[in-house]
Amino acid sequence: MPILTVNKLTKSFGGLMAVSNVSMELKKGELVGLIGPNGAGKTTVFNLLTGIYQPTSGTVTLHRDKKEEQLQGLKPYTICKKGIARTFQNIRLFKDLTVLDNVRIAMNKNVKYGLFSTFFHTRSYSDEEKEMLDKCMQLLKILKLDHKKDELAKNLPYGEQRHLEILRALATNPCILLLDEPAAGMNPAETAQLTEMIGWIRENFDLTILLIEHDMSLVMKICERIYVLDYGMVIAEGTPSEIKSNKRVIEAYLGEEMGNA
Amino acid sequence: MDKLIKNTGINKLIALIVTFVIVQVLISTNIINDYIFSTLVTICINIILAASLNLITGFTGQFSLGHAGFMSIGAYTCAIITLRYSTVWGFVGGLVAGAVFAAMVGFLVGLPTLRLKGDYLAIATLGMAEIIKILFRNVLDDLTNGAAGLRGIPQFINWAWLFLFTAGSVLLISNFINSSHGRACISIREDEIASEAMGVNSTKYKVTAFVTGAFFAGIAGAIYASYFYYLKPDYFAFKKSIDILVIVVLGGMGSISGSVIAAILLALISTYLQAFPELNMVINGALFVIIMIFRPQGIMGSKELSLSLIKKWTGQFGRKNGGAA
Repeated sequence: MPILTVNKLTKSFGGLMAVSNVSMELKKGELVGLIGPNGAGKTTVFNLLTGIYQPTSGTVTLHRDKKEEQLQGLKPYTICKKGIARTFQNIRLFKDLTVLDNVRIAMNKNVKYGLFSTFFHTRSYSDEEKEMLDKCMQLLKILKLDHKKDELAKNLPYGEQRHLEILRALATNPCILLLDEPAAGMNPAETAQLTEMIGWIRENFDLTILLIEHDMSLVMKICERIYVLDYGMVIAEGTPSEIKSNKRVIEAYLGEEMGNA
Repeated sequence: MDKLIKNTGINKLIALIVTFVIVQVLISTNIINDYIFSTLVTICINIILAASLNLITGFTGQFSLGHAGFMSIGAYTCAIITLRYSTVWGFVGGLVAGAVFAAMVGFLVGLPTLRLKGDYLAIATLGMAEIIKILFRNVLDDLTNGAAGLRGIPQFINWAWLFLFTAGSVLLISNFINSSHGRACISIREDEIASEAMGVNSTKYKVTAFVTGAFFAGIAGAIYASYFYYLKPDYFAFKKSIDILVIVVLGGMGSISGSVIAAILLALISTYLQAFPELNMVINGALFVIIMIFRPQGIMGSKELSLSLIKKWTGQFGRKNGGAA
């Protein structure tokens, strides 16, 4: 059963076709990889899916609760509310805020108390704030960040910043999680730990994950299906073993790496 | 001590009541004379202005140069109403009407201009304030008496009203910041793209911060009109907006207590410098340059003054002294 259908998505910047005619499908609960050489348009696809860019043409359809919703043309915060969360290639945490506040901000969309409660700190304010704090602490405990809740995000070690960004995305309570190079800059041990963590998150949070990654050990190990992007077009789709032996992919992208190995 | 820190709500209330009573006693015994009281009024007005601009510029990160415009709307609305209805209720009604009117203008101005970023927003808000000033001077002169200004506005501001509105404004603004909505505003300052991707409707929160800031600037303006009983449009010129911004930057962008401290400090400095009228502005300017070089984040940075922070400071101080001995 598909949860997200991308149909002929196209984005051009002036004369440059950054993404052209990309069609994809994510099934519920799948972990799908999106790979391709630098500049292939992977992050642009993410930006289109999350509303940061508006597509030139094409559609994005979310199938949730037996409803079909068109996502193209919506604002990023609306798309987030509909259940798509993401991380960024170059970490975009709220650097000068605490770990706790980073996570709490992601829960803002669920807040029900209004401006009056905000100004006068009424009962509904304190009840909801307490509930939110409890939820945040639960999440922080999962990634063992709870003892660092009052530290500024910028003071965390790099690996933990990556973890916190994933955690912040989870706090928005998504059904689809988009991870943009989560293992970038990590050493093999950290990558292995991250691989395990992604698998665990998917099962325990009932998620569908789309993942951009250059680290082939990670992609080949955990992804069930892979889309390969080159020059803004999908050049191949299939299981890791199919992708490994696909001629066009080897030419475009894996050729060098496999040659070296 | 730890227990004391936990009951911050009650502590705040006690501190507020003590401050109120002490100043009230000083006024009754005439130690605070009319001259000192007028300085006190200026300080309180500046506290409200700086705290409300801090919400827009320091916390939400929207660079506004038009705060004097919102202040003038509050001032003129309250003045015109109290001139007609010269009672305490006329004053309170005028003050509320002024604040609401300023907030409404803030909404109308904010919707189109808050799409702009950084310098562009600054220029747009600057233009807005100039338009408001010129409206009061040239277009609405039947109501505002044009460039000559409004005279003889009934004076209703006493210490009780002043304290109520100042403490109330600061409390409400910090309550807003310490809420989920306040944190959403701060996240826009930190990283607008990330905050939108996390479900924060940035336009909505920018406008909310702008309207709230304008509302409290309107209150400050109304207090000004009611105490100084004379209003002229030129008082609310560009320079006034800059003066407010200076307090915010000096106190720390993103610190309400910083704004309060800076407002008090600047008033004290300029009172003392009145002994040297020729050098007043020179010393003032040099002071700003020095502070910005040695403490670019302002007095408080983005921290708030709290008992635990004071405890930390005194703890460090104690350790230093202990080490020396």
